[in-house]
Amino acid sequence: MAQGAVKGMGNAMPGPMRIGGGAGFAGDRVDPAVALVEHGALDYVVLECLAERTIALAQQERRRDPALGYGVSLDARMAALLPVAAKTGCRIVTNLGAANPSAAAQRIAVVARAQGHSITVAALLGDDVLDLVRDGQGEPTLPPEIMARLVSANAYLGARELRRAVATGADVVISGRVTDSALFLAPAAHHFGWPETDWDLQARGIVLGHLLECAGQITGGYYMDAGLKAVPEPARLGFPLAEVSPDGSFTVTKLPGTGGAVTLPIVIEQLFYEIGNPAAYLTPDVTANFTAVALAQPAPDRVHVTGARGTPPPDSYKVVACYDHGFIGEGEISYAGTGAAERARLAGEIVRERLRLTGVPCQRLRLDLLGINALHGDLAPAGRPYEVRLRVAASTESEGAAAAVGDEVEALLTNGPAGGGGARRHVRPVLGVAATFLRKALLADRIRVIEVSADGR
Amino acid sequence: MVARKLHEIAHARSGDKGDVSNLSLIPFDASHYPTLVAQVTAARVADHFAPLGVTAVERYEMPRVHALNFVLRGALGGGVTVSLRLDPHGKSLSYALLELDVEI
Repeated sequence: MAQGAVKGMGNAMPGPMRIGGGAGFAGDRVDPAVALVEHGALDYVVLECLAERTIALAQQERRRDPALGYGVSLDARMAALLPVAAKTGCRIVTNLGAANPSAAAQRIAVVARAQGHSITVAALLGDDVLDLVRDGQGEPTLPPEIMARLVSANAYLGARELRRAVATGADVVISGRVTDSALFLAPAAHHFGWPETDWDLQARGIVLGHLLECAGQITGGYYMDAGLKAVPEPARLGFPLAEVSPDGSFTVTKLPGTGGAVTLPIVIEQLFYEIGNPAAYLTPDVTANFTAVALAQPAPDRVHVTGARGTPPPDSYKVVACYDHGFIGEGEISYAGTGAAERARLAGEIVRERLRLTGVPCQRLRLDLLGINALHGDLAPAGRPYEVRLRVAASTESEGAAAAVGDEVEALLTNGPAGGGGARRHVRPVLGVAATFLRKALLADRIRVIEVSADGR
Repeated sequence: MVARKLHEIAHARSGDKGDVSNLSLIPFDASHYPTLVAQVTAARVADHFAPLGVTAVERYEMPRVHALNFVLRGALGGGVTVSLRLDPHGKSLSYALLELDVEI
Protein backbone atom coordinates (compact mmCIF):
# COMPACT_ATOMS: atom_id res chain seq x y z
CA MET A 1 0.00 0.00 0.00
CA ALA A 2 1.22 3.50 -0.73
CA GLN A 3 1.45 6.05 2.01
CA GLY A 4 -1.57 8.13 2.88
CA ALA A 5 -3.92 5.19 2.70
CA VAL A 6 -5.29 3.40 5.72
CA LYS A 7 -7.29 0.50 4.45
CA GLY A 8 -9.39 -1.99 6.32
CA MET A 9 -8.66 -0.24 9.60
CA GLY A 10 -12.07 -0.23 11.20
CA ASN A 11 -13.38 3.28 11.69
CA ALA A 12 -10.13 5.05 10.84
CA MET A 13 -10.76 7.85 8.37
CA PRO A 14 -8.94 7.08 5.14
CA GLY A 15 -6.38 9.65 4.07
CA PRO A 16 -6.30 11.26 0.64
CA MET A 17 -5.94 8.99 -2.36
CA ARG A 18 -3.37 9.42 -5.11
CA ILE A 19 -4.34 8.04 -8.51
CA GLY A 20 -2.60 8.34 -11.86
CA GLY A 21 -3.66 8.19 -15.51
CA GLY A 22 -1.13 5.80 -17.01
CA ALA A 23 -2.57 5.23 -20.51
CA GLY A 24 -5.24 7.08 -22.48
CA PHE A 25 -5.62 4.74 -25.43
CA ALA A 26 -4.44 1.35 -26.67
CA GLY A 27 -1.32 2.72 -28.34
CA ASP A 28 -0.27 5.15 -25.64
CA ARG A 29 3.31 5.64 -24.38
CA VAL A 30 4.53 3.33 -21.61
CA ASP A 31 7.49 5.21 -20.10
CA PRO A 32 5.43 8.10 -18.58
CA ALA A 33 3.33 5.50 -16.74
CA VAL A 34 6.44 3.80 -15.36
CA ALA A 35 7.64 7.19 -14.08
CA LEU A 36 4.25 7.84 -12.45
CA VAL A 37 4.24 4.50 -10.63
CA GLU A 38 7.87 4.84 -9.57
CA HIS A 39 7.82 8.44 -8.33
CA GLY A 40 4.16 9.40 -7.87
CA ALA A 41 3.54 7.74 -4.47
CA LEU A 42 0.35 6.44 -6.08
CA ASP A 43 -2.29 4.23 -4.52
CA TYR A 44 -3.59 3.38 -8.01
CA VAL A 45 -2.60 3.77 -11.63
CA VAL A 46 -5.27 3.41 -14.30
CA LEU A 47 -4.65 2.16 -17.85
CA GLU A 48 -7.52 2.98 -20.23
CA CYS A 49 -6.87 1.05 -23.43
CA LEU A 50 -10.22 0.09 -24.95
CA ALA A 51 -11.81 2.05 -27.82
CA GLU A 52 -15.29 1.22 -29.15
CA ARG A 53 -14.20 -1.17 -31.88
CA THR A 54 -11.15 -2.59 -30.08
CA ILE A 55 -13.34 -5.04 -28.21
CA ALA A 56 -14.83 -6.43 -31.43
CA LEU A 57 -11.37 -7.07 -32.86
CA ALA A 58 -10.49 -8.77 -29.59
CA GLN A 59 -13.67 -10.84 -29.77
CA GLN A 60 -12.65 -12.11 -33.21
CA GLU A 61 -9.23 -13.02 -31.82
CA ARG A 62 -10.81 -14.87 -28.91
CA ARG A 63 -12.86 -16.95 -31.34
CA ARG A 64 -9.66 -18.06 -33.05
CA ASP A 65 -7.92 -18.79 -29.72
CA PRO A 66 -9.83 -18.93 -26.40
CA ALA A 67 -6.64 -17.96 -24.52
CA LEU A 68 -6.50 -14.63 -26.37
CA GLY A 69 -8.85 -11.69 -26.88
CA TYR A 70 -7.31 -9.34 -24.34
CA GLY A 71 -5.58 -6.05 -25.14
CA VAL A 72 -2.60 -6.44 -27.45
CA SER A 73 -0.39 -4.21 -25.29
CA LEU A 74 -1.11 -6.18 -22.08
CA ASP A 75 2.23 -8.03 -22.01
CA ALA A 76 4.34 -4.94 -22.70
CA ARG A 77 2.52 -2.74 -20.20
CA MET A 78 2.55 -5.37 -17.44
CA ALA A 79 6.19 -6.28 -18.02
CA ALA A 80 7.12 -2.62 -17.63
CA LEU A 81 4.82 -1.73 -14.73
CA LEU A 82 4.65 -4.82 -12.48
CA PRO A 83 8.24 -4.51 -11.17
CA VAL A 84 7.84 -0.84 -10.16
CA ALA A 85 4.32 -1.42 -8.84
CA ALA A 86 5.61 -4.28 -6.68
CA LYS A 87 8.23 -1.93 -5.28
CA THR A 88 5.93 1.00 -4.53
CA GLY A 89 2.71 -0.82 -3.67
CA CYS A 90 0.76 0.93 -6.41
CA ARG A 91 -2.27 -1.05 -7.59
CA ILE A 92 -3.11 -1.24 -11.30
CA VAL A 93 -6.67 -0.85 -12.61
CA THR A 94 -7.23 -1.44 -16.33
CA ASN A 95 -9.74 -2.41 -19.01
CA LEU A 96 -7.03 -4.28 -20.95
CA GLY A 97 -9.11 -7.43 -20.43
CA ALA A 98 -11.05 -6.41 -23.56
CA ALA A 99 -13.04 -9.44 -24.77
CA ASN A 100 -11.40 -11.87 -22.35
CA PRO A 101 -10.65 -10.49 -18.85
CA SER A 102 -10.33 -14.00 -17.45
CA ALA A 103 -7.55 -14.97 -19.91
CA ALA A 104 -5.94 -11.56 -19.30
CA ALA A 105 -5.78 -12.28 -15.56
CA GLN A 106 -4.08 -15.62 -16.27
CA ARG A 107 -1.64 -13.92 -18.62
CA ILE A 108 -0.74 -11.25 -16.06
CA ALA A 109 0.00 -14.01 -13.56
CA VAL A 110 2.34 -15.61 -16.10
CA VAL A 111 4.17 -12.32 -16.70
CA ALA A 112 4.53 -11.72 -12.94
CA ARG A 113 5.75 -15.25 -12.26
CA ALA A 114 8.38 -14.94 -14.99
CA GLN A 115 9.61 -11.79 -13.27
CA GLY A 116 9.70 -13.47 -9.87
CA HIS A 117 6.81 -11.45 -8.40
CA SER A 118 3.95 -12.81 -6.33
CA ILE A 119 0.69 -11.06 -7.17
CA THR A 120 -3.05 -11.43 -7.18
CA VAL A 121 -5.25 -10.34 -10.06
CA ALA A 122 -9.01 -9.73 -9.86
CA ALA A 123 -11.04 -9.79 -13.07
CA LEU A 124 -14.54 -8.40 -13.52
CA LEU A 125 -16.68 -10.56 -15.82
CA GLY A 126 -20.14 -10.11 -17.24
CA ASP A 127 -20.01 -7.26 -19.75
CA ASP A 128 -20.26 -9.63 -22.74
CA VAL A 129 -23.97 -9.53 -23.65
CA LEU A 130 -23.86 -10.80 -27.23
CA ASP A 131 -26.32 -13.59 -26.37
CA LEU A 132 -28.85 -11.15 -24.85
CA VAL A 133 -28.65 -8.79 -27.81
CA ARG A 134 -28.93 -11.70 -30.28
CA ASP A 135 -31.95 -12.81 -28.30
CA GLY A 136 -33.59 -9.43 -29.04
CA GLN A 137 -33.49 -8.15 -25.45
CA GLY A 138 -31.83 -4.85 -26.37
CA GLU A 139 -34.04 -1.77 -26.21
CA PRO A 140 -34.39 -0.65 -28.90
CA THR A 141 -33.95 -3.88 -30.88
CA LEU A 142 -31.22 -3.49 -33.48
CA PRO A 143 -32.24 -3.51 -37.17
CA PRO A 144 -32.23 -6.98 -38.80
CA GLU A 145 -29.36 -6.12 -41.19
CA ILE A 146 -27.17 -5.42 -38.15
CA MET A 147 -28.46 -8.38 -36.13
CA ALA A 148 -27.47 -10.69 -39.01
CA ARG A 149 -23.86 -9.49 -38.89
CA LEU A 150 -23.23 -9.04 -35.15
CA VAL A 151 -19.69 -9.69 -33.95
CA SER A 152 -19.80 -8.45 -30.36
CA ALA A 153 -22.02 -6.71 -27.86
CA ASN A 154 -20.71 -5.38 -24.56
CA ALA A 155 -22.46 -3.50 -21.81
CA TYR A 156 -20.75 -0.51 -20.25
CA LEU A 157 -20.57 -1.66 -16.64
CA GLY A 158 -19.93 0.95 -13.99
CA ALA A 159 -17.94 1.60 -10.86
CA ARG A 160 -20.60 -0.14 -8.76
CA GLU A 161 -19.62 -3.41 -10.44
CA LEU A 162 -15.89 -2.72 -10.77
CA ARG A 163 -15.70 -1.79 -7.10
CA ARG A 164 -16.30 -5.45 -6.23
CA ALA A 165 -13.05 -6.35 -7.98
CA VAL A 166 -11.19 -3.46 -6.34
CA ALA A 167 -12.50 -4.59 -2.92
CA THR A 168 -10.67 -7.92 -3.23
CA GLY A 169 -7.45 -5.98 -2.60
CA ALA A 170 -5.83 -7.54 -5.67
CA ASP A 171 -2.64 -5.96 -6.99
CA VAL A 172 -4.12 -5.75 -10.48
CA VAL A 173 -7.81 -5.20 -11.26
CA ILE A 174 -8.76 -6.00 -14.84
CA SER A 175 -12.02 -5.60 -16.73
CA GLY A 176 -13.51 -5.73 -20.17
CA ARG A 177 -15.99 -3.00 -21.06
CA VAL A 178 -16.63 -0.55 -18.23
CA THR A 179 -17.09 3.18 -18.56
CA ASP A 180 -13.70 4.85 -18.73
CA SER A 181 -14.55 7.05 -15.75
CA ALA A 182 -15.50 3.98 -13.66
CA LEU A 183 -11.83 2.94 -13.76
CA PHE A 184 -11.20 5.95 -11.47
CA LEU A 185 -14.49 6.17 -9.57
CA ALA A 186 -14.31 2.54 -8.42
CA PRO A 187 -10.94 2.89 -6.62
CA ALA A 188 -12.03 6.23 -5.12
CA ALA A 189 -15.37 4.88 -3.92
CA HIS A 190 -13.63 1.85 -2.41
CA HIS A 191 -10.83 3.89 -0.83
CA PHE A 192 -13.17 6.34 0.89
CA GLY A 193 -16.08 3.95 1.42
CA TRP A 194 -18.42 6.24 -0.50
CA PRO A 195 -22.06 5.09 -0.30
CA GLU A 196 -23.29 4.00 -3.74
CA THR A 197 -26.27 6.33 -3.48
CA ASP A 198 -24.36 9.47 -2.54
CA TRP A 199 -24.84 10.91 -6.01
CA ASP A 200 -22.67 14.01 -5.54
CA LEU A 201 -19.69 11.87 -4.52
CA GLN A 202 -20.24 9.50 -7.46
CA ALA A 203 -20.41 12.53 -9.79
CA ARG A 204 -17.12 13.89 -8.44
CA GLY A 205 -15.46 10.53 -9.03
CA ILE A 206 -16.85 10.56 -12.57
CA VAL A 207 -15.35 14.01 -13.19
CA LEU A 208 -12.05 12.74 -11.78
CA GLY A 209 -12.13 9.86 -14.24
CA HIS A 210 -13.34 12.00 -17.13
CA LEU A 211 -10.41 14.39 -16.67
CA LEU A 212 -7.68 11.76 -16.20
CA GLU A 213 -8.74 8.88 -18.47
CA CYS A 214 -7.07 10.33 -21.57
CA ALA A 215 -3.75 10.61 -19.70
CA GLY A 216 -1.61 13.12 -21.64
CA GLN A 217 -4.65 15.07 -22.85
CA ILE A 218 -4.75 16.85 -19.48
CA THR A 219 -1.04 17.62 -19.29
CA GLY A 220 -0.82 19.45 -22.61
CA GLY A 221 -1.26 16.70 -25.20
CA TYR A 222 -3.92 17.40 -27.87
CA TYR A 223 -3.68 21.02 -26.66
CA MET A 224 -0.30 22.42 -27.60
CA ASP A 225 -0.08 24.84 -30.48
CA ALA A 226 2.83 26.92 -31.64
CA GLY A 227 2.44 30.42 -30.20
CA LEU A 228 -0.64 30.98 -28.04
CA LYS A 229 -0.81 27.46 -26.62
CA ALA A 230 2.84 26.57 -26.11
CA VAL A 231 3.57 23.68 -23.72
CA PRO A 232 7.04 23.17 -22.19
CA GLU A 233 9.14 20.15 -23.16
CA PRO A 234 6.39 18.36 -25.13
CA ALA A 235 8.53 15.33 -25.96
CA ARG A 236 8.82 14.60 -22.23
CA LEU A 237 5.10 15.05 -21.57
CA GLY A 238 4.32 13.80 -18.07
CA PHE A 239 1.16 11.80 -17.37
CA PRO A 240 -1.34 13.12 -14.82
CA LEU A 241 -2.05 12.23 -11.23
CA ALA A 242 -4.73 13.45 -8.86
CA GLU A 243 -4.71 13.92 -5.10
CA VAL A 244 -8.28 13.10 -4.09
CA SER A 245 -9.96 14.18 -0.83
CA PRO A 246 -12.72 12.28 1.00
CA ASP A 247 -15.32 14.85 -0.18
CA GLY A 248 -14.47 14.06 -3.82
CA SER A 249 -12.63 17.29 -4.53
CA PHE A 250 -9.23 16.75 -6.10
CA THR A 251 -6.14 18.40 -7.47
CA VAL A 252 -4.81 17.44 -10.89
CA THR A 253 -1.05 17.64 -11.21
CA LYS A 254 1.94 15.79 -12.70
CA LEU A 255 5.39 14.68 -11.59
CA PRO A 256 7.91 17.48 -11.02
CA GLY A 257 10.53 17.60 -13.76
CA THR A 258 8.34 16.13 -16.49
CA GLY A 259 7.28 18.04 -19.59
CA GLY A 260 3.83 19.38 -20.31
CA ALA A 261 1.62 21.52 -18.10
CA VAL A 262 -1.57 21.39 -16.06
CA THR A 263 -3.43 24.69 -16.52
CA LEU A 264 -7.02 25.96 -16.40
CA PRO A 265 -7.40 26.18 -20.22
CA ILE A 266 -6.21 22.58 -20.60
CA VAL A 267 -8.51 21.28 -17.86
CA ILE A 268 -11.51 23.15 -19.33
CA GLU A 269 -10.85 21.62 -22.76
CA GLN A 270 -10.75 18.14 -21.28
CA LEU A 271 -13.83 18.74 -19.10
CA PHE A 272 -15.82 19.09 -22.34
CA TYR A 273 -14.08 16.27 -24.22
CA GLU A 274 -16.59 13.79 -25.72
CA ILE A 275 -19.61 15.07 -23.84
CA GLY A 276 -23.05 16.21 -24.96
CA ASN A 277 -25.23 18.01 -22.43
CA PRO A 278 -22.85 18.96 -19.59
CA ALA A 279 -25.76 19.21 -17.15
CA ALA A 280 -26.64 15.53 -17.60
CA TYR A 281 -23.66 13.29 -18.33
CA LEU A 282 -25.14 9.80 -18.22
CA THR A 283 -23.20 6.93 -16.68
CA PRO A 284 -24.41 3.66 -15.14
CA ASP A 285 -23.33 5.00 -11.72
CA VAL A 286 -24.78 8.51 -11.68
CA THR A 287 -26.15 11.27 -13.88
CA ALA A 288 -23.43 13.87 -13.43
CA ASN A 289 -23.85 17.64 -13.67
CA PHE A 290 -20.61 19.12 -14.99
CA THR A 291 -22.00 22.68 -15.02
CA ALA A 292 -21.58 22.77 -11.23
CA VAL A 293 -17.83 22.13 -11.49
CA ALA A 294 -15.54 24.92 -10.28
CA LEU A 295 -11.84 25.11 -11.14
CA ALA A 296 -8.97 26.97 -9.51
CA GLN A 297 -5.23 27.05 -10.07
CA PRO A 298 -3.51 27.56 -6.68
CA ALA A 299 0.00 26.88 -8.02
CA PRO A 300 1.77 26.08 -11.29
CA ASP A 301 0.79 22.64 -12.68
CA ARG A 302 -1.92 22.23 -10.04
CA VAL A 303 -5.64 22.61 -10.81
CA HIS A 304 -8.19 22.10 -8.05
CA VAL A 305 -11.56 20.64 -9.11
CA THR A 306 -14.69 20.86 -6.93
CA GLY A 307 -18.43 20.99 -7.03
CA ALA A 308 -19.81 18.36 -9.44
CA ARG A 309 -23.35 17.32 -8.56
CA GLY A 310 -25.17 14.09 -9.25
CA THR A 311 -28.63 12.56 -9.54
CA PRO A 312 -29.59 8.87 -9.90
CA PRO A 313 -28.42 7.02 -13.01
CA PRO A 314 -30.58 5.41 -15.73
CA ASP A 315 -31.82 1.89 -14.94
CA SER A 316 -30.24 0.49 -18.12
CA TYR A 317 -26.71 -0.21 -19.24
CA LYS A 318 -25.59 1.25 -22.55
CA VAL A 319 -24.54 -1.55 -24.90
CA VAL A 320 -22.20 -1.12 -27.85
CA ALA A 321 -22.64 -3.76 -30.53
CA CYS A 322 -20.13 -4.22 -33.34
CA TYR A 323 -21.10 -5.74 -36.67
CA ASP A 324 -19.31 -6.76 -39.83
CA HIS A 325 -19.36 -3.82 -42.24
CA GLY A 326 -17.23 -5.16 -45.09
CA PHE A 327 -13.92 -3.53 -46.00
CA ILE A 328 -12.33 -0.19 -46.77
CA GLY A 329 -9.70 -0.03 -49.50
CA GLU A 330 -7.42 2.98 -49.81
CA GLY A 331 -4.71 4.20 -52.16
CA GLU A 332 -2.56 7.33 -52.14
CA ILE A 333 -0.19 8.97 -54.62
CA SER A 334 1.58 12.36 -54.67
CA TYR A 335 2.17 15.11 -57.23
CA ALA A 336 4.32 18.26 -56.99
CA GLY A 337 5.18 21.41 -58.90
CA THR A 338 3.06 23.43 -61.32
CA GLY A 339 -0.35 21.87 -61.83
CA ALA A 340 0.04 19.41 -58.96
CA ALA A 341 -3.58 19.82 -57.83
CA GLU A 342 -4.90 19.46 -61.39
CA ARG A 343 -2.91 16.28 -61.96
CA ALA A 344 -4.06 14.86 -58.62
CA ARG A 345 -7.71 15.60 -59.55
CA LEU A 346 -7.22 13.97 -62.96
CA ALA A 347 -5.66 10.94 -61.27
CA GLY A 348 -8.67 10.62 -58.96
CA GLU A 349 -11.11 10.74 -61.87
CA ILE A 350 -9.10 8.05 -63.68
CA VAL A 351 -9.34 5.75 -60.67
CA ARG A 352 -13.08 6.38 -60.35
CA GLU A 353 -13.59 5.52 -64.04
CA ARG A 354 -11.31 2.45 -63.89
CA LEU A 355 -13.24 1.02 -60.94
CA ARG A 356 -16.45 1.53 -62.93
CA LEU A 357 -15.03 0.02 -66.16
CA THR A 358 -13.63 -3.03 -64.40
CA GLY A 359 -16.85 -3.60 -62.47
CA VAL A 360 -15.46 -3.23 -58.95
CA PRO A 361 -18.49 -2.90 -56.65
CA CYS A 362 -17.92 0.09 -54.34
CA GLN A 363 -20.71 1.18 -52.02
CA ARG A 364 -19.11 4.56 -51.43
CA LEU A 365 -16.08 6.18 -53.06
CA ARG A 366 -14.22 9.23 -51.79
CA LEU A 367 -11.51 11.31 -53.45
CA ASP A 368 -9.41 13.57 -51.20
CA LEU A 369 -6.62 15.98 -52.05
CA LEU A 370 -4.37 16.03 -48.99
CA GLY A 371 -3.21 19.57 -48.40
CA ILE A 372 -6.38 20.98 -50.01
CA ASN A 373 -9.64 19.41 -48.87
CA ALA A 374 -9.11 16.09 -47.08
CA LEU A 375 -9.90 17.27 -43.55
CA HIS A 376 -12.36 20.16 -43.86
CA GLY A 377 -13.72 19.61 -47.38
CA ASP A 378 -15.11 22.73 -49.01
CA LEU A 379 -14.47 24.86 -45.91
CA ALA A 380 -10.86 25.27 -47.01
CA PRO A 381 -9.95 28.56 -48.73
CA ALA A 382 -8.73 28.25 -52.33
CA GLY A 383 -4.95 28.07 -52.76
CA ARG A 384 -2.26 26.53 -54.90
CA PRO A 385 -0.16 24.20 -52.75
CA TYR A 386 3.16 23.08 -54.26
CA GLU A 387 2.64 19.43 -53.25
CA VAL A 388 -0.63 17.51 -53.31
CA ARG A 389 -1.38 13.93 -52.33
CA LEU A 390 -4.39 12.14 -53.78
CA ARG A 391 -6.22 9.73 -51.51
CA VAL A 392 -8.88 7.37 -52.83
CA ALA A 393 -11.01 5.47 -50.32
CA ALA A 394 -13.90 3.11 -50.98
CA SER A 395 -16.22 1.00 -48.90
CA THR A 396 -16.72 -2.50 -50.29
CA GLU A 397 -18.37 -5.76 -49.37
CA SER A 398 -15.41 -7.97 -50.29
CA GLU A 399 -11.72 -7.82 -49.47
CA GLY A 400 -10.91 -8.29 -53.17
CA ALA A 401 -12.87 -5.20 -54.21
CA ALA A 402 -11.14 -3.19 -51.49
CA ALA A 403 -7.75 -4.32 -52.79
CA ALA A 404 -8.71 -3.19 -56.31
CA VAL A 405 -8.83 0.42 -55.08
CA GLY A 406 -5.14 0.30 -54.17
CA ASP A 407 -4.37 -1.59 -57.38
CA GLU A 408 -5.85 1.18 -59.50
CA VAL A 409 -4.02 3.91 -57.58
CA GLU A 410 -0.72 2.07 -57.91
CA ALA A 411 -1.34 1.55 -61.62
CA LEU A 412 -1.31 5.34 -62.03
CA LEU A 413 2.48 5.18 -61.73
CA THR A 414 2.75 4.02 -65.35
CA ASN A 415 -0.75 4.75 -66.64
CA GLY A 416 -1.67 8.09 -65.08
CA PRO A 417 -0.67 11.76 -64.91
CA ALA A 418 2.98 12.87 -65.10
CA GLY A 419 5.20 12.88 -62.06
CA GLY A 420 3.09 10.69 -59.78
CA GLY A 421 5.14 9.10 -56.98
CA GLY A 422 5.02 7.59 -53.52
CA ALA A 423 2.04 5.29 -54.12
CA ARG A 424 0.80 3.48 -50.99
CA ARG A 425 -2.13 1.13 -50.48
CA HIS A 426 -4.09 -0.27 -47.59
CA VAL A 427 -7.01 -2.66 -46.99
CA ARG A 428 -8.78 -3.12 -43.67
CA PRO A 429 -11.89 -4.93 -42.40
CA VAL A 430 -14.53 -2.59 -41.03
CA LEU A 431 -16.69 -3.02 -37.95
CA GLY A 432 -19.77 -0.88 -37.66
CA VAL A 433 -20.90 0.22 -34.21
CA ALA A 434 -24.50 0.38 -33.00
CA ALA A 435 -25.80 1.31 -29.56
CA THR A 436 -28.70 -0.14 -27.60
CA PHE A 437 -29.64 -0.56 -23.94
CA LEU A 438 -30.24 -3.47 -21.56
CA ARG A 439 -32.12 -3.28 -18.28
CA LYS A 440 -29.62 -3.65 -15.44
CA ALA A 441 -31.58 -6.48 -13.82
CA LEU A 442 -30.92 -8.68 -16.87
CA LEU A 443 -27.20 -8.73 -16.09
CA ALA A 444 -27.28 -9.10 -12.31
CA ASP A 445 -26.63 -12.86 -12.32
CA ARG A 446 -23.75 -12.83 -14.77
CA ILE A 447 -21.59 -10.13 -13.22
CA ARG A 448 -18.88 -11.69 -11.08
CA VAL A 449 -15.30 -11.34 -9.97
CA ILE A 450 -12.66 -14.04 -10.26
CA GLU A 451 -9.23 -13.99 -8.65
CA VAL A 452 -5.97 -15.41 -9.97
CA SER A 453 -2.78 -15.65 -7.93
CA ALA A 454 0.84 -16.07 -8.95
CA ASP A 455 3.57 -17.18 -6.58
CA GLY A 456 6.80 -15.82 -7.98
CA ARG A 457 9.15 -17.21 -5.35
CA MET B 1 -15.53 46.89 -33.61
CA VAL B 2 -12.79 44.87 -35.28
CA ALA B 3 -13.25 41.59 -37.13
CA ARG B 4 -11.04 38.84 -35.73
CA LYS B 5 -10.68 35.16 -36.45
CA LEU B 6 -11.99 33.09 -33.57
CA HIS B 7 -8.58 31.41 -33.22
CA GLU B 8 -7.08 34.76 -32.17
CA ILE B 9 -9.26 34.96 -29.05
CA ALA B 10 -10.31 31.39 -28.26
CA HIS B 11 -9.26 27.76 -28.31
CA ALA B 12 -11.22 24.57 -28.91
CA ARG B 13 -11.03 20.76 -28.55
CA SER B 14 -13.02 18.20 -30.50
CA GLY B 15 -14.33 14.87 -29.23
CA ASP B 16 -16.28 12.07 -30.93
CA LYS B 17 -19.16 9.70 -30.16
CA GLY B 18 -20.57 7.68 -33.04
CA ASP B 19 -21.55 10.15 -35.77
CA VAL B 20 -21.47 13.11 -33.37
CA SER B 21 -18.61 15.54 -32.90
CA ASN B 22 -18.52 17.87 -29.91
CA LEU B 23 -16.46 21.04 -29.96
CA SER B 24 -15.61 23.06 -26.89
CA LEU B 25 -14.93 26.77 -27.36
CA ILE B 26 -13.00 28.62 -24.66
CA PRO B 27 -11.84 32.25 -24.75
CA PHE B 28 -8.21 32.91 -23.78
CA ASP B 29 -9.53 35.92 -21.85
CA ALA B 30 -12.72 35.30 -19.83
CA SER B 31 -13.94 38.80 -20.69
CA HIS B 32 -14.57 37.56 -24.24
CA TYR B 33 -17.07 34.92 -23.07
CA PRO B 34 -20.16 37.18 -23.58
CA THR B 35 -18.93 37.95 -27.11
CA LEU B 36 -18.79 34.24 -27.89
CA VAL B 37 -22.24 33.67 -26.38
CA ALA B 38 -23.69 36.50 -28.48
CA GLN B 39 -21.96 35.79 -31.77
CA VAL B 40 -21.11 32.10 -32.00
CA THR B 41 -24.65 30.80 -32.08
CA ALA B 42 -25.76 27.22 -32.76
CA ALA B 43 -27.37 28.39 -36.03
CA ARG B 44 -24.14 30.01 -37.21
CA VAL B 45 -22.09 26.92 -36.38
CA ALA B 46 -24.65 24.72 -38.15
CA ASP B 47 -24.34 26.88 -41.30
CA HIS B 48 -20.55 26.80 -41.14
CA PHE B 49 -20.39 23.00 -40.87
CA ALA B 50 -23.27 22.19 -43.26
CA PRO B 51 -20.81 21.45 -46.13
CA LEU B 52 -19.32 18.67 -43.97
CA GLY B 53 -22.69 16.96 -43.60
CA VAL B 54 -23.67 18.36 -40.19
CA THR B 55 -27.44 18.16 -39.84
CA ALA B 56 -28.07 19.79 -36.43
CA VAL B 57 -26.12 21.70 -33.78
CA GLU B 58 -26.90 22.12 -30.09
CA ARG B 59 -25.05 24.63 -27.94
CA TYR B 60 -24.51 24.37 -24.17
CA GLU B 61 -23.24 27.21 -22.00
CA MET B 62 -20.85 26.70 -19.08
CA PRO B 63 -20.59 30.17 -17.49
CA ARG B 64 -18.70 28.94 -14.40
CA VAL B 65 -15.73 27.99 -16.56
CA HIS B 66 -16.61 30.51 -19.33
CA ALA B 67 -16.85 27.93 -22.09
CA LEU B 68 -19.31 26.75 -24.74
CA ASN B 69 -19.95 23.20 -25.92
CA PHE B 70 -21.27 22.53 -29.42
CA VAL B 71 -22.74 19.14 -30.32
CA LEU B 72 -22.64 18.54 -34.09
CA ARG B 73 -24.87 15.75 -35.37
CA GLY B 74 -23.94 13.97 -38.61
CA ALA B 75 -20.43 15.40 -38.38
CA LEU B 76 -18.36 12.23 -38.80
CA GLY B 77 -19.25 10.78 -42.18
CA GLY B 78 -21.53 8.08 -40.76
CA GLY B 79 -19.51 7.34 -37.62
CA VAL B 80 -15.92 6.83 -36.60
CA THR B 81 -15.58 3.16 -37.54
CA VAL B 82 -17.30 3.20 -40.95
CA SER B 83 -16.31 6.67 -42.17
CA LEU B 84 -14.21 6.93 -45.34
CA ARG B 85 -12.62 10.13 -44.11
CA LEU B 86 -8.93 10.60 -43.49
CA ASP B 87 -9.75 11.90 -39.99
CA PRO B 88 -12.71 9.73 -39.01
CA HIS B 89 -12.71 10.99 -35.40
CA GLY B 90 -12.94 14.60 -36.55
CA LYS B 91 -9.95 15.45 -34.36
CA SER B 92 -9.18 18.40 -36.66
CA LEU B 93 -12.71 19.87 -36.63
CA SER B 94 -11.95 22.19 -33.69
CA TYR B 95 -9.76 24.17 -36.07
CA ALA B 96 -12.63 24.52 -38.56
CA LEU B 97 -14.69 26.19 -35.82
CA LEU B 98 -11.81 28.57 -35.05
CA GLU B 99 -11.94 29.87 -38.65
CA LEU B 100 -15.19 31.75 -37.89
CA ASP B 101 -15.01 35.56 -37.66
CA VAL B 102 -16.14 37.51 -34.60
CA GLU B 103 -16.50 41.27 -34.03
CA ILE B 104 -14.60 42.50 -30.98
